[in-house]
Amino acid sequence: MKPLLQCEHVTVQFGTHTVLSNLSFSVEAGDYLSVIGKNGSGKSTLIRCLLRLCPLTGGRIETAEDFSRKEIGYLPQQSGIQRDFPATVEEVVCSGCLGNHSFLPFYTKKDKLEAEKNMHRLGICQLRKRSYRTLSGGQQQRVLLARALCATQKLLLLDEPVTGLDPEASAEFYDIIRELNEQDHIAIIMVSHDMQKGLEDAKHVLYLDGDVQYFAEIGEFRQSDIARQIAQEGRQHIHLREVYYDRKFT
Amino acid sequence: MTENLRELFSPALLHHIILPALISGIAVSVCAALLGVSLVLRRFSMIGDGLSHVGYGALCVASVLELAPLYVAIPVVLGAAFLLLGQGASSKLKGENTVALFSTTAMAVGILVSSKAGLTNDVSHYMYGSILSLRKSEVILCVVTALIVIAAFVLLYHRVFAVTFDENFSKATGIPVRVYNMAIAALTAITVVMGMMLMGVLLISSLIVIPTLSAMRLCRSFRGVVVGAVVLSVIGFVLGFFAAVAMDLTPGASVEVVSVGIFLLCCLAGRLRGAE
Repeated sequence: MKPLLQCEHVTVQFGTHTVLSNLSFSVEAGDYLSVIGKNGSGKSTLIRCLLRLCPLTGGRIETAEDFSRKEIGYLPQQSGIQRDFPATVEEVVCSGCLGNHSFLPFYTKKDKLEAEKNMHRLGICQLRKRSYRTLSGGQQQRVLLARALCATQKLLLLDEPVTGLDPEASAEFYDIIRELNEQDHIAIIMVSHDMQKGLEDAKHVLYLDGDVQYFAEIGEFRQSDIARQIAQEGRQHIHLREVYYDRKFT
Repeated sequence: MTENLRELFSPALLHHIILPALISGIAVSVCAALLGVSLVLRRFSMIGDGLSHVGYGALCVASVLELAPLYVAIPVVLGAAFLLLGQGASSKLKGENTVALFSTTAMAVGILVSSKAGLTNDVSHYMYGSILSLRKSEVILCVVTALIVIAAFVLLYHRVFAVTFDENFSKATGIPVRVYNMAIAALTAITVVMGMMLMGVLLISSLIVIPTLSAMRLCRSFRGVVVGAVVLSVIGFVLGFFAAVAMDLTPGASVEVVSVGIFLLCCLAGRLRGAE
């Protein structure tokens, strides 16, 4: 059987600048792939390619027979959405169902049930009549995740999902994602620059950094030089932070 | 003022001037409010303004060449709308600059051409609108446009919401966002040209922007904002229009001022409700 999603030798160039070169990886049903890398390493471009928002210069992206890339549930970065938009939680969640049918002017009963189910799943039922713009960052993220779940049964694509959330809210968010992956067997592709937290629940890792591309199982990745290097940088970071706080408070 | 009022209700005047003006004015108000919601929420507020300037240029050129003004203005403004809105939300800053470039250029060409041909008087009609001297064909065009816009919004309401709220997500789920942007651009272009004849070049964009801003103060749902914008827009137009007729004011300006009054009231109401 073909994997859910398979990228073969994907290359993307903007003018003379190569953003992704000869990138290959695959995502199986029920998989959890963490895509990590620094800013400017091509993560966002990869997302746009997977969603068919950006043309490939070379290579191809294939999907399993019973899956189309329209059915990817996409959770965009918060910054892409206007925070002052007048819309109720219900309206936002329901709009995820629109990809399922092409011509009906109204939502069907099935759509409404699906929206209901996903609001329940994420514990935002009591917010349904609230305005999106009055919610906290964590609540907004749950609303957008519920919308993404309406659009998919199989694969969620998350773009920097915990940016702007406080530590508690982001821990909760990672828990939700793990549950969706383990209990509902929804495959996850999570793009993140957080090289520690972003890896905790992953089954596979794709590391992007300019010419370096590394796709491996999580166990293998943890043994690799790259992981060691990241860990070292992380420690340095923590060390620097401690120095900073020491200076500040003494 | 009383004389004006009495005159207002004389049957002939009512039939030939007031009624057509009311019908087409309400039709354009509804269109502008509906399209305005999508434009304002996507930060394209100045599109209406830019398009009306382009339309003004086209109308000037048309009257110098003695062509039917509408048949020139509508295609030209359509073309401009496609260029401006076709770029999508991704290139916001670029869009703003092109609007400025387009509108001033068209305006300048219009002024040059008409002043050279000595037509300033004729063309000033479009500056302030001529809602009290509409032709029958113009009234019909307004009503037909309104019916199309309303039908489009009712049938495609949820998709318009999705595209307005999050263009990339909509694209990813397979909604033909470009088609929707083009449709909104086309309808906006026609509405702007109609509105220009009614309200004048300088004031049409108030019809697009203000009702949405007012409704946003009061409503928290998208549906509420859409319905609220339409209702407030029509109220603003009717009040402003009758005030203009009764007190012999320029209709476009009077409608604008009344709309801003409504906006301020909405701000106040929103503030009071928020304080509760």
